[in-house]
Amino acid sequence: MTSKYETVIGLEIHAQLSTESKMFCSCSTKFGAEPNTNICEVCTGQPGALPKTNKKAIELAIKTGLALNCKIEPYSVFARKNYFYPDLPKAYQISQFDLPIITGGYLEIEVEGKKKKIKLTRIHLEEDAGKLVHKGAERIMGSEESLVDYNRGGTPLMEIVTEPDIRSPLEAKIFMEDLAHLLQYLGVCDAKMEQGSLRCDANISIRPVGQKELGTRSELKNMNSFRFVQMGLTAEVARHTELKESGEKIIQETRYFDTKTHETKSMRSKEEAHDYRYFPEPDLITVEPDKEWIEEIKTTITELPEKKKERYTKEYGLSDQAAETLISTKELSDYFESCLKIEKKPKEITNWILGDITAYLKAKNLNIKDINLPPGEVIELIKLIEKGTISGKIAKEVIVKTLNTGKTIKDIVSESGSTQISNEDELQKIVEEAIKNSPKQVEQYKSGKKAIIGYLVGQVMKASKGRANPGLANKLLKQQLD
Amino acid sequence: MNKKTAHELKTLLNKKEISATEIVKSVYDQIEKYEDAVSAYVTLTKKHALAQAKEVDEGKRTGPLAGIPIAIKDNMCTKGTLTTCSSKILNNYIPPYNATIIDKLDQAGAIMIGKTNLDEFAMGSSTENSGIKTTRNPWNLDCVPGGSSGGSAAAVAADETILAVGSDTGGSIRQPASFCGIVGMKPTYGRISRYGLVAFASSLDQIGPMTKDVRDCALLLNIIAGYEEKDSTSAKIEVPDYTKSLVADDIKGITIGVIAELMGKGVDKLTKEATEKAIKLLESKGAKIKKVSLPHLKYSVATYYLIAPAEASSNLGRYDGVKYGLRSKETKDLITMYKNTRAEGFGPEVKRRILLGTYALSAGYYDAYYLKALKVRTLIKQDFEKAFGECEVLLSPTCPSPAFRVGEKANDPLSMYLSDISTIPVNLAGLPAISVPCEIIHNLPIGLQIIGKAFDEETILKVAFTYEQNTGWHKEKPKIL
Ligand SMILES: [Zn+2]
Repeated sequence: MTSKYETVIGLEIHAQLSTESKMFCSCSTKFGAEPNTNICEVCTGQPGALPKTNKKAIELAIKTGLALNCKIEPYSVFARKNYFYPDLPKAYQISQFDLPIITGGYLEIEVEGKKKKIKLTRIHLEEDAGKLVHKGAERIMGSEESLVDYNRGGTPLMEIVTEPDIRSPLEAKIFMEDLAHLLQYLGVCDAKMEQGSLRCDANISIRPVGQKELGTRSELKNMNSFRFVQMGLTAEVARHTELKESGEKIIQETRYFDTKTHETKSMRSKEEAHDYRYFPEPDLITVEPDKEWIEEIKTTITELPEKKKERYTKEYGLSDQAAETLISTKELSDYFESCLKIEKKPKEITNWILGDITAYLKAKNLNIKDINLPPGEVIELIKLIEKGTISGKIAKEVIVKTLNTGKTIKDIVSESGSTQISNEDELQKIVEEAIKNSPKQVEQYKSGKKAIIGYLVGQVMKASKGRANPGLANKLLKQQLD
Repeated sequence: MNKKTAHELKTLLNKKEISATEIVKSVYDQIEKYEDAVSAYVTLTKKHALAQAKEVDEGKRTGPLAGIPIAIKDNMCTKGTLTTCSSKILNNYIPPYNATIIDKLDQAGAIMIGKTNLDEFAMGSSTENSGIKTTRNPWNLDCVPGGSSGGSAAAVAADETILAVGSDTGGSIRQPASFCGIVGMKPTYGRISRYGLVAFASSLDQIGPMTKDVRDCALLLNIIAGYEEKDSTSAKIEVPDYTKSLVADDIKGITIGVIAELMGKGVDKLTKEATEKAIKLLESKGAKIKKVSLPHLKYSVATYYLIAPAEASSNLGRYDGVKYGLRSKETKDLITMYKNTRAEGFGPEVKRRILLGTYALSAGYYDAYYLKALKVRTLIKQDFEKAFGECEVLLSPTCPSPAFRVGEKANDPLSMYLSDISTIPVNLAGLPAISVPCEIIHNLPIGLQIIGKAFDEETILKVAFTYEQNTGWHKEKPKIL
């Protein structure tokens, strides 16, 4: 497609906050419990029950606002968004409307080497709905029966709305990745799009390059991975462009991305849009965070990813790529730093984490936080190699065994007898054996082809099942032959 | 025994002259005799009440209200006991939790006699809007007891309980108290936790005592008042011992403002005369009387009928047939389930207010109606603040006239709405007010309304007590008894 048109995208992101309890009651937010077990009179909309704002959720929103250069509003109001649906037990969602807790701000992203600020409109807090399960159809209309699980109902959500500053599907994807990353670092949200803890809707339109006013927009939903954000928006840009080129009218509507066909499909038009009849929630008082509290929250913001990367390359001399990989998730950089705290060997630690440990995780489809290898064990391994107790090659086997069994490095090493043979007397025998078994090569060595010693060392290693200290083997061989 | 007040019974119980079981039995005997005529209750909890009375007599159930019977308006959640709000839509609803007030009363040892009738979801002034039955005024069975807490008021007046609690959104405690010749108080908004009170209009609803005299009112308020974390709108303000305010004739130098707007047109002649007599009495006890004007009061009914229905339209959305309560049998799909459930479950007044409120909040109308109403509400509040700059309490008749006949206003909602002109502004301003019996006109009682500054229930109790002790209207009983 030529660049005759400019793409304009604004995003609406829903992030599930990492609080222990729900937004307006004390029920647990734990995922995966039996249906309708984490519920109470508040989150099931029993008559007479009243909401009580979760202070932690406010704190996390403020923390996000501070990290995104936003204004923390001194006065904000919860509002009721009224509509009927079985997953919404009160028939209204407590959200925020004209007075959100956070306004303004931006996130700086890097697209093809260029930095760009994406401005934010607002961030507000709201509660999530329950979950519907349908039998016999994909939606409630036409289903034989539908069941509702209110465990998720009332979980705190933070909605982040951007300005229409995004100019391509790729930018949108990068923005989402960077935002997810930041939220993880802040400890505000685990930001897993595939699991729905981070969701993204997009408003998208195109206009001829140079035109000021925006084209008719569509709203795109159901892009539940970073890749699908880019794919969905790309499909929608193509659809808009095609319509425009063929002179057809683009209608304002809500569409969803079909992840199977990779097309966007219509959900409902503007005419069917709801009137939510927002009004201030009379059961809650206004949110007025005092300055001291905001300052206190500021101190809980740890080093953000970009700063971390800089420190890794400058202070520890790691490569750009290694640093980038380490900060790619907060869990990984946390693990790296825990190791570092025990022993300041950044390069060795990085090699193990990004090498054998990452390979193991990938093979087993695991996350770093799921493995049973305390950071101390990585250091133990590095030290054993340095002392010469085990060889680098053995170490690779040891770490896999450790990861598989959950035993300690020490136990694995002593159990398998895989400590390096650095004892001259012990090694002497193996060396003598190797010389005896390789008369041809010994001949060659003596006739001046010194490089053949490599072969002999190899024989010693083989006979010792890799346990021989290669340096020592070399030395002993030379002593014997010279 | 059931004719006595709570404080009288407390004394007798303490002296062991009577037992809690005797008290509770006498109340149920009275119910047996008069309930057919009065229809105050929706649900009776006799078995449980007698078991609790036995516990009191065995010393296992203690507290400041140990052994004292109380009737609960059926819009407060009682765990394990039907809570209908007098609506068909909740005709099978048994709450899984207790309203805070129920827990507090339980801890105080009070004994729940039953749940009383109300206008459906507390929307009305006569109990004629109840989806279950119409309660009758014990003073004249052809008349309404007032509403919405008509069941509680009639139960107290007919000695079918000792104490009762009601809720007041626009006068729902004070108006029936006035019609039934009892004491009814709407405390300051935020004074009592609303947790478990089924919401009608959240920014106006308040629970309060309905009793046979002012002392019982103070006694009950002591138990139920106070901040609670679960209700964000409840106030973190210390609760005094209200019985300490019960000093008769301790009103010397207090300035009492008489609200001019509530003493003029529309007020029944005899009601006006009775109120003037009350003013004279208070003046003779040393109070300074001052005429005050609150110019925005004339907008209060209109304001109320935008704000209350708006909030109600949202509060009542949850009755959708999905989770509890009625679900229509005529359900082909989700939409018909919603429509038929709500069509069958709600009565006409509730539907009227849901429609009104939905309209007021709709896009394009919000600014003109709801937002405007909020602004007028502020003006009314400011009127009161100004008046309280020069007065300690304000005074008016509780209602412009005594109880009307059943059916008299049922088809004229507007005239029904207008009869709440004196009580509604108090809710809009969030202030405390009490209605005390004041004269009996043609065999029907009327009430005197005393309005106080926010969180100053003490002063209104003091004035009310002085009036009561000097008149004795509270001792009058309906003729049928
Ligand atoms: Zn809950």
